[in-house]
Amino acid sequence: MVRIYYMGKAYEVPEGLTIMKALEYAGFRFIRGSGCRGGFCGACGVIYRNPGEYKLQVGLACQTVVKDGMYLAILPYSPMVKPAYKVEELKPDLGSILKYFPEIVRCVSCNACTKACPQGLEVMEAIQAIRQNDIKRAAILTFDCISCGLCSTRCPAEIRHPLIFQLVRRLYGKYLLPKAKHVEQRVKEISEGVWEAEFDRLMKMPIDELKKLYTERRIEGR
Amino acid sequence: MSDPYGSKLRELIKIVEETRPDRLRRKYRRLSLDERNELVSKWHPDYRPDTKRTLNVGPCKGQVVYNEIADLLEAWPLIEPDNVDLSKVDYDVDILVIGGGGAGVAAALWACYSGVEPDRILLATKLRLGDANTVKARTGIQAADRPEDSPLLHYLDTLGGGHFTNKPELVKALVSDAPLIIKWLEDLGFMFDKSPSGDMIEYAGGGACRRRLHCARDCTGLELMRVIKDEVINVGIPVLEYSPAIELLTDPETGAVSGAVLLNLETEEYLIVRAKATILATGGCGRLHAAGFPTTNHYGATADGIVLGYRVGAKLRDMDTLQFHPTGAAWPEAIRGELVPEKTRSLGGQLVNVKGELFIYELEPRDVVASAIIRECAEERGIETPVGAYGVWLDTPLIEELRGSGTIKRELPALYKMFMRQGIDITVDPILVFPTLHYQNGGLEIDPYGRALRPNGEFIPGLFVAGEVAGGVHGRNRLVGNSLADILVFGRRTGINAAKVVMSSNSMQKISLDHLRTYMEELKTIGVPKSRKAPMLLPDYRGERVLLRRVRVL
Repeated sequence: MVRIYYMGKAYEVPEGLTIMKALEYAGFRFIRGSGCRGGFCGACGVIYRNPGEYKLQVGLACQTVVKDGMYLAILPYSPMVKPAYKVEELKPDLGSILKYFPEIVRCVSCNACTKACPQGLEVMEAIQAIRQNDIKRAAILTFDCISCGLCSTRCPAEIRHPLIFQLVRRLYGKYLLPKAKHVEQRVKEISEGVWEAEFDRLMKMPIDELKKLYTERRIEGR
Repeated sequence: MSDPYGSKLRELIKIVEETRPDRLRRKYRRLSLDERNELVSKWHPDYRPDTKRTLNVGPCKGQVVYNEIADLLEAWPLIEPDNVDLSKVDYDVDILVIGGGGAGVAAALWACYSGVEPDRILLATKLRLGDANTVKARTGIQAADRPEDSPLLHYLDTLGGGHFTNKPELVKALVSDAPLIIKWLEDLGFMFDKSPSGDMIEYAGGGACRRRLHCARDCTGLELMRVIKDEVINVGIPVLEYSPAIELLTDPETGAVSGAVLLNLETEEYLIVRAKATILATGGCGRLHAAGFPTTNHYGATADGIVLGYRVGAKLRDMDTLQFHPTGAAWPEAIRGELVPEKTRSLGGQLVNVKGELFIYELEPRDVVASAIIRECAEERGIETPVGAYGVWLDTPLIEELRGSGTIKRELPALYKMFMRQGIDITVDPILVFPTLHYQNGGLEIDPYGRALRPNGEFIPGLFVAGEVAGGVHGRNRLVGNSLADILVFGRRTGINAAKVVMSSNSMQKISLDHLRTYMEELKTIGVPKSRKAPMLLPDYRGERVLLRRVRVL
């Protein structure tokens, strides 16, 4: 067993559990602070301090294993307001970002955001990339962002990082990645009913013939 | 951090390493349909006699379903008709969407695109917007859009994967709309894996005869959810978080669904929503831990929609089958049950037993691969973890040998990170996997418009169903990449069709809980204890000691 301090109060919990499972063992039933439980949704951002250390560490309660003597708090919400925009009316450049998130000019490069990222992203680098009008680099740097918002809670410039990165990735995906022509072609074929007759045939086919067709179909290599 | 594998597992890893050069050149043969059936019927949990029972209440009385599902259907409602005040309607809307995952969000957006004003829609969700199984979907989205591929082949693969038990018209809808969905996402700004010319980079998936998986590295569901969630907020659709539906409302004269009762989880106040059309998109049931399995599902996957739909007379199908994803993490304990995506095997990762032998072609359909892993462990060719669970090796370093060093970090960044956090470098060491409860194959039966059906085949007016809670699309087994396709295809279809219903009707429906009265009579007749209630809403993982000593005061 190890002892953890959840919001200052001590609980004895088994070793090897994640913070989330340990708190449940201790008697907590989450409403907020538990989402996907697999490290993707950002509902369970956690700030903790290890015994004898002055530094605050960050993690996800569903991914971080308890350590003896750790002090922790879960921060399931960050009061950021998301502006509404129409991606189809924007250009993939710094101007679009500044229009909705003017605060990015206030970045002082303190790097507190990067230190607060449980995903280990180069958060400050991404903000700088945007300021240099490099949307592609910012999109790629922030691909793994789970929008937990811990970065924003630590930012002295009140930058809304997860919201900015979301816009950046959409601009990149929409304007800077070339379109897949084969997808457009297939959508056109389907809308023209190119496959209808064959569908009819398959859907009326006796099950044994269908199974034969299935078994004998050619399988493409990896 | 000390070595999570310890000396005993280290010894066994040596066998994987020794046999790797030989396995590099070999593949296990594909099984015939008969061999597949034999394997599945012997080892899959669906075929264990102790996992299921016959339903004693409701429109599908006599149907066999998993025990955990039967427990929820043979349970009392959280509210009773005489104890709820329906005279004050809190939200009067055109369309109520229940569920904030991929299907619900797609439905809300397409209802909007079809002409419904955003503020005439209400999207209610149990957790936060986007806290759903969608966000955890890793591998990709199936859509037949390469010249070498066709919707017909996608159709055939999907039927074969489902053992030919799928509803053909639903499969046709799935495969015909899937390319259009990819186009939609591309236009929204989805970061697909693409070649420099813009062509989609598509991967092979279990049971598919063409490379057809569209990916955003190994975070496809995350990318999907965050993009469409962003769009819902941009469009201005009102969202109510931490407010699950605990009952549907029906018009006492027509039996049409006319809204729902929601519960504010934090204040425990109920809220009445009246709607001309209701879209049920509540997702799956992994958190029921059927047959005692761990799960890959999110915290709220408790089959609420099945309970609500069944009580208004909807037909269930294929609820005696669940998908156990072949490769859940078996070790370390902290991540047990979490998903190791199929893409790991698409990239060439092989499944290996304790002797270093291949025992199945790793890209067979999921139920086949899961059965083979269970067999290996049952016949003592599995690997015991330090806590006494079992698994087989998934040889991840092989991927680096096959496709070059750096492949894992590039193609499976989330998986790499998940194991690194536990002290395991999957580019160097193999990992232990065992099947984990992943997906509800069946559900409330729908037609191609996404309407809920009664056992007699008629649709229930006002009720649409989309996504994992719906049944018929995948038959008795779903293929990889078909769930993300499903939630968007049928989310879109329900949104469009609900919009049509709304725009062609002016009359306001009446609301009642009358449908519960007959259901409750049945519960009384079969003697269901009053303490057993549903929907479950959230699982309870509190420790035994705490629950035994608990005094409920506040």
